[in-house]
Amino acid sequence: MANIQSPVPGTFYHRPSPEDAAFKSPGDSVAVGDTIGLVEVMKSFIEVQAEEAGTFADYAVENEAAVSAGDVLATLK
Amino acid sequence: MTFEVIKPGLLTTIQDLGRPGYFHLGIPEGGAMDRAAMRIANMLVGNPEDAAGLEAVFMGPELKFNHDALVSVAGAEMPVFVDGEPRACWASFAVKAGQTLKFGYLKTGARIYIAIAGGIDTPPALGSRSTYPIGALGGFEGRALAAGDTVPVGKAPANAKERTLDQSLLATQPKPAELRVLPGLYWHRLTKGSQQQFFDDEWRVAPEADRMGYRFRGGHSMEFVEREQPFGAGSDPSNIVDGCYSYGSIQIPGGTEPIVLHRDAVSGGGYFTIGAVISADMDLIGQLQPNTPVRFRQVDMTEALDARHERLARLEKIRATLT
Repeated sequence: MANIQSPVPGTFYHRPSPEDAAFKSPGDSVAVGDTIGLVEVMKSFIEVQAEEAGTFADYAVENEAAVSAGDVLATLK
Repeated sequence: MTFEVIKPGLLTTIQDLGRPGYFHLGIPEGGAMDRAAMRIANMLVGNPEDAAGLEAVFMGPELKFNHDALVSVAGAEMPVFVDGEPRACWASFAVKAGQTLKFGYLKTGARIYIAIAGGIDTPPALGSRSTYPIGALGGFEGRALAAGDTVPVGKAPANAKERTLDQSLLATQPKPAELRVLPGLYWHRLTKGSQQQFFDDEWRVAPEADRMGYRFRGGHSMEFVEREQPFGAGSDPSNIVDGCYSYGSIQIPGGTEPIVLHRDAVSGGGYFTIGAVISADMDLIGQLQPNTPVRFRQVDMTEALDARHERLARLEKIRATLT
């Protein structure tokens, strides 16, 4: 079980764009460096990347949620 | 002396206290968003207060020092590590050649200021080392730091020694944050109801807020006193024939989201400004995270000047303990 935390405060997105599917779904395999979501702040989108490999459990916050730095965004199992 | 940027963080720029005197030519003052924190970071390492340091927003950089250095961190609350060992904020500490300065997740505030004894020694542009990225002016080649940059540092001053700030000397902030506003030139363009609403509403910092301006949302839309738009003004009721903007001035394009202009703001344009955040509260804006609840409170000129004097006296007290 590993947590993926937000590097910065902002707005968290599960998807690369409103039309696309979420970056990851429960059960997907996650490699180091895989993007699992985006945080929007200061007019830019920051990719949130996995720092360890595993299996995607789920997102821990809603799409478009306001997040703080260090908030858990998703969990791996 | 130099240090190397291993990871730049989100947006880490070289800043000092700015380059006043060119705003009329369209070049903003620039400089640290939280100038008091930049000054204190410099005091902690024995630098002149206008020495150049680093401003890092929301996320700390990772820096490897090529020489022994005395370093301080001030401003936002963010865990500090030297080769994995924790260090205190609002204090100076030694970093040995080959050691790495790193940061944990931001806890409170928005921007940390990193000072190094001797100050960052990039070439000044128009009298300042502050980075103005849009104008490719100052800082490190006119841009934010990037991985692999080697940044020059000046010679440490004779009084470089470890110091710790007594944090009880810092101002405490109310929650929600309060920004004091002096109504100004175009205040009369808002209806009486909207003038009241502006101060009654609770606003939140929008995620778009940056060094140019801090945008707020969550309050009611403002209503304007009806008029026929003057010749040369845009068609929106928030438009005027272009005028000058000041540091701290508040515009509300379309009446929906107030924007407080900050260090890297444009110097003029076609939106009217309803007033300005007082100088004493501008540093605080630099420490507001996205989604922070904020209220605006109306003050008059006397209160604004009293607040300025109080802020200067507080800084003078800190100066007395650190220098």
